[in-house]
Amino acid sequence: MGGGASVELLLLLATPLTGALTLGLLGARRFAPELNIGFSLLTFLAACALAVRVVAAGRLIVAHDQFFIDAFNVFLVTLTAFVGLTTAIFSRPYMRVELEHGRVRSTQLRLYHSMYQLFMSTMLVALTTNNMGLLWVAMEAATLSTVLLVTLYRTAASLEAGWKYFILCGVGIAQALFGTILLYFAAEHAIGAEGVSALLWTHLNGVKGQLEPAVLGLAFVFLLVGYGTKVGLAPLHSWLPDAHAEGPTPISAVLSGLLLNVAIYAVVRCKVLVEGSLHSALPSRMLMGFGLLSVVLAVFLLWRQRDIKRLFAYSSIEHMGIITFAFGMGGAVANFAALLHMTVHSLTKSAIFFAAGHAAQKAGSQLMDQIRGLITVSPTIGWGLMMGSLAILGLPPFGVFASEFLILTTAMREQPWATPILLTALAVAFAAIFGRVQPMVFGETTAKRLPHPPALLPVFVHLGLVLVLGLYIPPYLADWYRAAARLIGGGG
Amino acid sequence: MNGAPLTLQLLNFCAALLLLLSFAMLSQRRIVNLVNLLAVQGSVLLLATLLLAARTGQHHLYLSAALTLGLKVILLPWLLHRLIRRLGVYWDAEPLLNISGTMLVGVLTVVFAFGLAQPISQLASTATRNAIGIAVAVVLLSFLMMITRRKAMSQVVGFLSMENGLFFGAMSATYGMPMVVEFGVALDVLVAVLVLGIFFFQIREQFDSLDLHHLESLREEAGHGGRS
Amino acid sequence: MRPIEVVTQLLELAAALAAAPLFLGWINQCRAWLQNRSAPSIWLPYRGIAKLFHKDAVIAVRASALFRLAPYIVFGAMVLAAGIIPSMGTRLPFTRIADAIALVGLLATARVFMSLAAMDVGTAFGTLGARREMMVGFLAEPALLMIIFVASLISATTALPAITEHLATQTLGLYPSLAFTAVAFTMVLLAENARIPIDNPATHLELTMIHEALLLEYSARHLALMEWAAALKLFNYACIGFALFIPWGVSTGQEAPLALLASIPVLAAKLIVAGGALALIETVSAKLRVFRAPEFLATAFLFAVLGLLVHLLLGA
Repeated sequence: MGGGASVELLLLLATPLTGALTLGLLGARRFAPELNIGFSLLTFLAACALAVRVVAAGRLIVAHDQFFIDAFNVFLVTLTAFVGLTTAIFSRPYMRVELEHGRVRSTQLRLYHSMYQLFMSTMLVALTTNNMGLLWVAMEAATLSTVLLVTLYRTAASLEAGWKYFILCGVGIAQALFGTILLYFAAEHAIGAEGVSALLWTHLNGVKGQLEPAVLGLAFVFLLVGYGTKVGLAPLHSWLPDAHAEGPTPISAVLSGLLLNVAIYAVVRCKVLVEGSLHSALPSRMLMGFGLLSVVLAVFLLWRQRDIKRLFAYSSIEHMGIITFAFGMGGAVANFAALLHMTVHSLTKSAIFFAAGHAAQKAGSQLMDQIRGLITVSPTIGWGLMMGSLAILGLPPFGVFASEFLILTTAMREQPWATPILLTALAVAFAAIFGRVQPMVFGETTAKRLPHPPALLPVFVHLGLVLVLGLYIPPYLADWYRAAARLIGGGG
Repeated sequence: MNGAPLTLQLLNFCAALLLLLSFAMLSQRRIVNLVNLLAVQGSVLLLATLLLAARTGQHHLYLSAALTLGLKVILLPWLLHRLIRRLGVYWDAEPLLNISGTMLVGVLTVVFAFGLAQPISQLASTATRNAIGIAVAVVLLSFLMMITRRKAMSQVVGFLSMENGLFFGAMSATYGMPMVVEFGVALDVLVAVLVLGIFFFQIREQFDSLDLHHLESLREEAGHGGRS
Repeated sequence: MRPIEVVTQLLELAAALAAAPLFLGWINQCRAWLQNRSAPSIWLPYRGIAKLFHKDAVIAVRASALFRLAPYIVFGAMVLAAGIIPSMGTRLPFTRIADAIALVGLLATARVFMSLAAMDVGTAFGTLGARREMMVGFLAEPALLMIIFVASLISATTALPAITEHLATQTLGLYPSLAFTAVAFTMVLLAENARIPIDNPATHLELTMIHEALLLEYSARHLALMEWAAALKLFNYACIGFALFIPWGVSTGQEAPLALLASIPVLAAKLIVAGGALALIETVSAKLRVFRAPEFLATAFLFAVLGLLVHLLLGA
């Protein structure tokens, strides 16, 4: 405990914020994308330094207990900073093409870059803060900073998506605020009027056994509904596909790859507290129920999609459902698997969005019927999309297979009733996605091969990492996951 | 509450007024009036905060009262009025549920809120614990308003009124949240309204109207090419 | 039954019978003043009633016995109601047999007979008035009941005198629930007594009239009784309002001839103020279309329900 400071953390949080201000003030400059990459790179380096320090010295509590880093959030911080960096790299050529196509104006790019950095900074604050109230503030700020990004193209559909996103997440997040108030109320009741410290997660975690179960149960319902809306859990998922499909592709990638993770992180933090107070399976059951519902709903809606980005947005809902279900089961193995799944899903899904974005850009349409023969047009895009889809569908040897396998085997042991549902869902998802992706990649086309293959480095870096994680998890990473899994606890 | 101190009686009165204002908003179709009601709601909230501050002697409540005055009584209503004038939206369309029906649902909502708040009120040690039920009711009624209205503007007023209700709930259950959080929430609300302001102009530019009817084309199965 | 109780009861009935037309006259006078008209005499309602009693009654050929009986029943119900409401003292022998809910029933009985009588002759206007009257009643009655429930919940009894006693003797405080119900009650009073904004007692405009349409076929003594009953009804409603919302000054003790005497000027003062307030409301508001009446009454009902909810939630 204490009021120590951490240069790494300061750098981590200050860099994107400075980036947002700089990019906002500088206006539409030609080097803005490079600057964006630069700030993202700095953030990533700070995250790495922070990770090294936490791995070496254990958990870190700084700035009057307002921020804390433990095994659970430090890996998410690193992941967020990494995907943030690769997305920034991807976004440079992608947005340039969008500019050339006249879909955005250069003045809008100023907003885009500034908000991108702001969005990164809100997510990092949400991940590192120790204050449940600040967590809420950061989550809401994350919504607000992305609303205008979703509506960047100013089309009717994107405005609608933005409105839905704003209202649904706004309402959801208001429920979360109520849950936070209840949490504060319970904390004050248990540990007396301590003002600020009553909302600190570390304090709450210390006294969770004394917190009033009735209030905490109620608080959890509100928190789960609130943050669950942001996770995209059914039945409050409807903003997610719209926002993903209508916003610019880099934004879809960070929404799917990062924001959903941060929202799940918030839910899990709350679950740890509530479970410690309730001593009942209610939070677990709720997570499993919502998770399973999301999986089932998402896979059946997968069939009806015609838009490539919407297709993968629904796939995100499915995977968020799987992760939520795994956290609901709890216990060392399931938590481990869930964390691994968060990592690989984040990497794979952003890679898919990168590839899909390029594919749609080349075809001039997001409709899957109009995207054909990617393998002839551009083998890199074709293979990127194919590999990504195979990875997300859980084919070995990709990392998604490892995590899904772990989750399924745990489910067989702990919650046998859910196994057939999960298996069916995965099979349906496989058929739906593979059935769509295959003609897009290998279908007949009259289009000519592109003269220059597009730079798809981020795609293959992500997929490479996922592949590595499927074959071999480095021991320090595994230790990390295990420590985080222990922190989360729960289960039998 | 016989013999309760005057500040507490006044606080209860404020709570009752907040409930009344929620119903008034629910039945009001002129958007200008809706914004005025929101300002009145902010003023009642301000009064309640001041009363509570005077009663409990907690200094941070004065600060949050100042925040309420600046943001909810003056700035937000002014921003919204400006927005209404610039956009020229004065009336909401016929709500999805007629007024009497909405009122009936509203009354049931209050009963539900009462049930929801019961366990919390029983545990609360604050003198204002009875008002928690009303705060929950205000939140749910605002939610109801957001569901039944069609104009984006009314939905925003509902959203802000919901935030007011939450604020009141925090106040009556725990004498307010820590200041850091309160500032953060206030900032978020302000930014939300600014973002919405921009957003409305975008919507109107696209549709020439702020009716959310237009925003109903994205469905589960709809495939949007986007590049047409 | 103690003598003072009998005296109180008789005094109340006498006061109601005597003061009701005067109250009506006072309201009319206030209205005239507020509208910059020269005011009619405050005694005009008496003169009207007296004049009607001296005339020969004309009764429609097809009218049944019901038509003849209705004025007596209506008048009787109103007098009985006046006996139940503690306007001057709370120790009333009549109230042992009838509580506040019975009072609402009594008022409803009068309404039913009035409407039946209006339809009895079979004219279009009578039927129209009856239908409108029933619509207003159908909406106003639940609101009135709800108002009484709030007061009953606060004082844990449905007997009107006990409610008044409880409310008059408790510590002074802000009661949001009572404030809401008071608003609701004012709205119900306006609707039930055919005042603006629901009905205009001063016109016979067929498109909008409610109360006057019911009385079109009556003449002479029957009409006089009906008019008097209407005045009594208004007086009764005012007294219900006093009993629930400004109960102070009513004699509550067992042996208090002095308190009883003192309650007379208090009642007079309340009536004067209430009359002025009613006239003011009627002057500043516009008559609503008949179709808007349900909305008006639904609002009244809502206020009453809110009062109830606030009472349950806040205990105040």
